[in-house]
Amino acid sequence: MIPGSFDYHRPQSVSEALAMLADMGDEAIIVAGGHSLIPMMKLRMAIPENLIDIQDIADIQNISISGLDVVIGAMVTQAELIASEPLNALCPLLRETALQIADPQIRNVGTVGGNVANGDPGNDMPAIMQVLDATFVLQSNEGTREVKARDYYEAAYFTARTDLEILTSIKFTAPPAGHGSCYMKQKRKIGDYATAAAAVVLTMDGDIVTSASIGLTNVSDTPLYAAQASSLLVGKKLDEASIKAASTAAKAITDPAEDSRGPKEFRTHLTGVMVDRALRQSAKTIR
Amino acid sequence: MSKMHVKMTVNGKEVEALAEPRTLLIHFLRENQQLTGSHIGCDTGHCGACTVDIDGKSVKSCMTFVGQTAGKSVTTIEGIANPDGSLHVLQESFKEHHGLQCGFCTPGMITRAYRLLQENPSPTEEEIRYGISGNLCRCTGYQNIVKSIQAAAETLKIQEAAE
Repeated sequence: MIPGSFDYHRPQSVSEALAMLADMGDEAIIVAGGHSLIPMMKLRMAIPENLIDIQDIADIQNISISGLDVVIGAMVTQAELIASEPLNALCPLLRETALQIADPQIRNVGTVGGNVANGDPGNDMPAIMQVLDATFVLQSNEGTREVKARDYYEAAYFTARTDLEILTSIKFTAPPAGHGSCYMKQKRKIGDYATAAAAVVLTMDGDIVTSASIGLTNVSDTPLYAAQASSLLVGKKLDEASIKAASTAAKAITDPAEDSRGPKEFRTHLTGVMVDRALRQSAKTIR
Repeated sequence: MSKMHVKMTVNGKEVEALAEPRTLLIHFLRENQQLTGSHIGCDTGHCGACTVDIDGKSVKSCMTFVGQTAGKSVTTIEGIANPDGSLHVLQESFKEHHGLQCGFCTPGMITRAYRLLQENPSPTEEEIRYGISGNLCRCTGYQNIVKSIQAAAETLKIQEAAE
């Protein structure tokens, strides 16, 4: 499969890349790792006239941590995220999730920025960023704006980002030390997109839940933040009744596609199972 | 859409060429550089037959444009053997332990295993299986591939200790 023809550009700074975007408009596409875009180009579902490769831009390659505040540059690869010990100490959910994305070769190239930016409902990081209440930083020639991960996704491949913007970093405040978390992902085989998956961050005081945050992957045309399921748990014991109530509330907001991963009913059922297991596992990881 | 000038290192040798920007690295290696060891299996990034090493990382060359690799150092299966032409320990080990049947996935398997053993010289069986999860084999059932990599890891450790 041969992609359509394009001109290739490799800017050295965000401002240079933004100037190119402003000049070329919707005739250009930004490429980070390219492992979502290049398959689309091979299928000619994407036919950009210009490809703007942002791999050389130094100030979007790093993970910076200050206290609980984390900034992940858009070009940080899944492999680099996995390798970051300080990040893992602060928020193990990210490594746990990245290790369930694709395979080693893909994780060496695929970026966290690309994973959250392009709006593919199968991607795993968007629901994680919603659970962490992360903020995406979008830059254009007009300036910088910030959009919450929970507000970013509009439909499959449609997001709050315009053609003239680059998602340059992801910011979030890590949950407090001692929190529990889990990403429970049901998939047909290693490296596959989720049939259904649930991300959970939990804090507890004794056996009472003090905060809960639940996100869902690939059971709608966008990632889903399960606000009601999350709030149902607060102030309750994590027992059979509360877990059942949360997973039922999570199932109610799904609208999965019917594809080779199974019929709608199955994937909705599985969402409940994933939420159930993710909650129990999160509680076990509380320190 | 004009051709672009690309320059990179392939198996230790500087190469320069004019290529269309849409040229995938696998096509550049096979057709421009005549290095046909890296294979095109699925062409969708799943099978890993096209795996090469770029700046010390395993990458699928069917999922990378030639321009993205400009300025970098690429190692293909042709660059794995010892400088005197004798087989690398991994290649010997795959031969010895029947780590291949039809051989189509083998260049990708060995290129990936080569990097895996540098990242983790003493992998457990589970770590090997996880480490090669981006490489598909439809013949062996993986059993003998895992054995080949385990045996190569042992041999490489003995060699290293002797040096």
